[in-house]
Order: sequence, then structure tokens, then C-alpha cells
Amino acid sequence: MKPVNELISDYSLRIGDTSLILGQRLGEWCGHGPILEEDIALTNISLDLIGQARAFLTYAGDLMKNKKTEDELAFFRNDREFKNNLLAEFPNGDFGQTILRQLFISTFQYYFFDRLKKSKDEMFSALAEKSFKEVAYHLRHSAEWTCRLGDGTKESKERMENAIRELWRYTGDLFFSDETDAELIKLGIAVDKSEVKKDWDKKIREVFEKAKLEVPAETFMITGGMNGNHTEYLGHILSEMQILPRSFPGAEW
Amino acid sequence: MEIEKKNIENIFSILSDIPDPEIPVITIAELGILQSVTLEDDIVNVTITPTYNGCPAMKAIADDIKEKLKENGYQKVNIKLVYSPVWTTDWLSEEAKEKLRKYGISPPGKSNLKNPISGDSEVTCPRCKSTDVKLVSLFGSTACKALYTCNTCREPFDQFKCH
Repeated sequence: MKPVNELISDYSLRIGDTSLILGQRLGEWCGHGPILEEDIALTNISLDLIGQARAFLTYAGDLMKNKKTEDELAFFRNDREFKNNLLAEFPNGDFGQTILRQLFISTFQYYFFDRLKKSKDEMFSALAEKSFKEVAYHLRHSAEWTCRLGDGTKESKERMENAIRELWRYTGDLFFSDETDAELIKLGIAVDKSEVKKDWDKKIREVFEKAKLEVPAETFMITGGMNGNHTEYLGHILSEMQILPRSFPGAEW
Repeated sequence: MEIEKKNIENIFSILSDIPDPEIPVITIAELGILQSVTLEDDIVNVTITPTYNGCPAMKAIADDIKEKLKENGYQKVNIKLVYSPVWTTDWLSEEAKEKLRKYGISPPGKSNLKNPISGDSEVTCPRCKSTDVKLVSLFGSTACKALYTCNTCREPFDQFKCH
């Protein structure tokens, strides 16, 4: 087994990468939101997520055997080295798909950070407490929009149903756990994601019911993000996100 | 020891005057961003804590601190970002809240950690003090603000989110 510091680093990387990739995705909405307030909201959420990513990646890099900075981790790793969950890298699609993806991930993060607050690792508990408050707003926002769109016009409902069909089979990746989780749970550092799943199921059911949307039947779930097995979409995000520092190493604003 | 203590107090009061880059009516000390100052020989260690994880003003604040200390003859400055204790709007004094209100920003209420999804219970219009207000968007011009409209005086306004 790896030393504890390296396990904590891996764990921090998984949390930070999910925030980073989703933050980058949401940034694509900048200037393209359906209305001005929504443009501002999506990029505000993106900003919170990138802030979280900076903190978790910095922590992950500090604990690595060969220390790395947040920028080295964000800009100089290849797709297989990224540990974000698969939903985060999924394309924005239409506004409905963006909102649904946000609902799925924010609900997860809400219950995940709520538990990570009690971590015996002081950095994790402080970052979780901070991130939890931010995510509460993301969850409220995406839940309200899910209801408005699901219980809206014929077209908005159809679009939400299409988004559910597209994204549902990737939701299982949110709860992926392996020996890194198991070891850190034993030490009181990590969160038991099977517990998070119970809260997640309940909340999604509650929001869908209000939104007059159906929760899909149990199905095969695609996982792999946490181990670096990604969809084809990740490489494209990285090429856009990383081109400047890779083309001009050491470039500063 | 006495001299050092005096020095530290002096540095802290110099830094306390720095306004927040986004909301210049209140200072980084009033906001609780400025946490502590220590001295190590001729190196000044300043500890700050972010309001929101992604708040872009943190970089500007760190630069302001360095510049202000340089002006006052302190060349070696070390700024440390800490996450604990976790920043909350409950640190804002009544006086600071009043300054926000006068500036046109509805100040935050008491933070509700038990049910953070429900948001702020009572928001008042900073202009006419009416509580008959409508939420326009949970996200505003900066990470820490939401957008509202007053149903009484019809003016739009920013609300400093309770956090």
C-alpha cells in the first residue's frame, strides 16, 4: 500500500480534477448564456469550482513525492492522468443538459462535502466546510431550473428527458470507490460514498418529482474517471485549456 | 519583545486601512480577510483567508498588502493563505454592515448552517428598507453577491450573500 500522504494526495486530486474540469466546461457558456442572469450564474459557478480546484490541487501537489504546483497539475498532465468523474467532462449540450449535469454533480458535492467536513485531515475539513457553502447555492440554482424546465413547456420537458437519457448512465461514476477510499475511510479521512449515494438518490427523486420528470430504472453504469479512463471528450477540453502554457511554458499574465 | 509587539500592532493597523478591491467602502480587516501579522527578523508574515474559494480579488488584495508594506519600509513580505478558521459573513460587524447598506448593498443576515439550501430568510432593500423584495438571481456581479429587485421602490440592488 502507498504511504498515507500519497493516498491523501490522490484523493485530493480526484476532488480537485472534478471541480476543475466542470469549471472549465461551464466557462464555455461565458457570453453564450440564454439570458444575461444565467450567463452570470453559470460563470459564477465556474469561478467557485475553479477556486475549489486550485485549493485541492495545491494540496495534492504539496503531498506528492516530487512536489508539484497547481499549474503544473492543471496544465502539464495528459488525459489519462486526470482523475475527474466522467459527468464533469460531458459536453454542455443545450441549457437543459448543462443544468441537469449541474444538478447531478452539485447534489453529489453537497452531501460529499457535508461529510468531508468531519474528516480527520484538517485541510480537507476546512476546504470542505468552505466548498459546502458554495455548492449549496449551485444545488439550489440547478434544482430550481430543473423544476422550471421539467414542469415547463412541451419542448423544455422533452429536452430535459433527452438530457436524462444522455447523462443518467454516467451518474454511477460519482460514487466510484476503490482501495484509496477504503484505506482513508479506515483512518477517518475519507467519505463513504455509499452513504452519499443514499442522500443523492433521495434528493434527485425529490427534485424530479417536483419537476414531473421520471427517475430512470436501474441500469448499467459507466465508470472509470477516477482511474483515468475517460470519454473522448476530455482530450478536447484539455487541448483548449492547456494550449497556452504548453505553447509558451512559463508564460505569465 | 515590547518593540516587536508594537511593531506588529503598527503593521496590522497599516494593513487594516486597505479597502476591499470590489467593495471599497469596507476594509479587508472589517471583512475578516486580514487574519494576523507576525515578524521574523525583518520578514513580515501576513496571514489572509479567502471569502470564496474562487474570489479573484484575493490576488489583488495580496498585491495591495505587499505594496502598502513596501511604502512603509517593509521589503520582505510573506503572504500566507489559510482556510481555517473558515470565513463567514458573521464576522462582519454591525458597523461594517451599515456601511454596506449605505453603499447600496443589502448586508448579509445571520448564516444558517443548518439549512444552507434555503438561503437567506430576510433580505431588506438597502434604499427604502422594504422587505417586499424579489430574488432575480442567486449569482451577481461578484462571487459574494446575489441580485434582487425591491417591489416597493422598484429599484434593483445587490445583496451580500450570507455565508
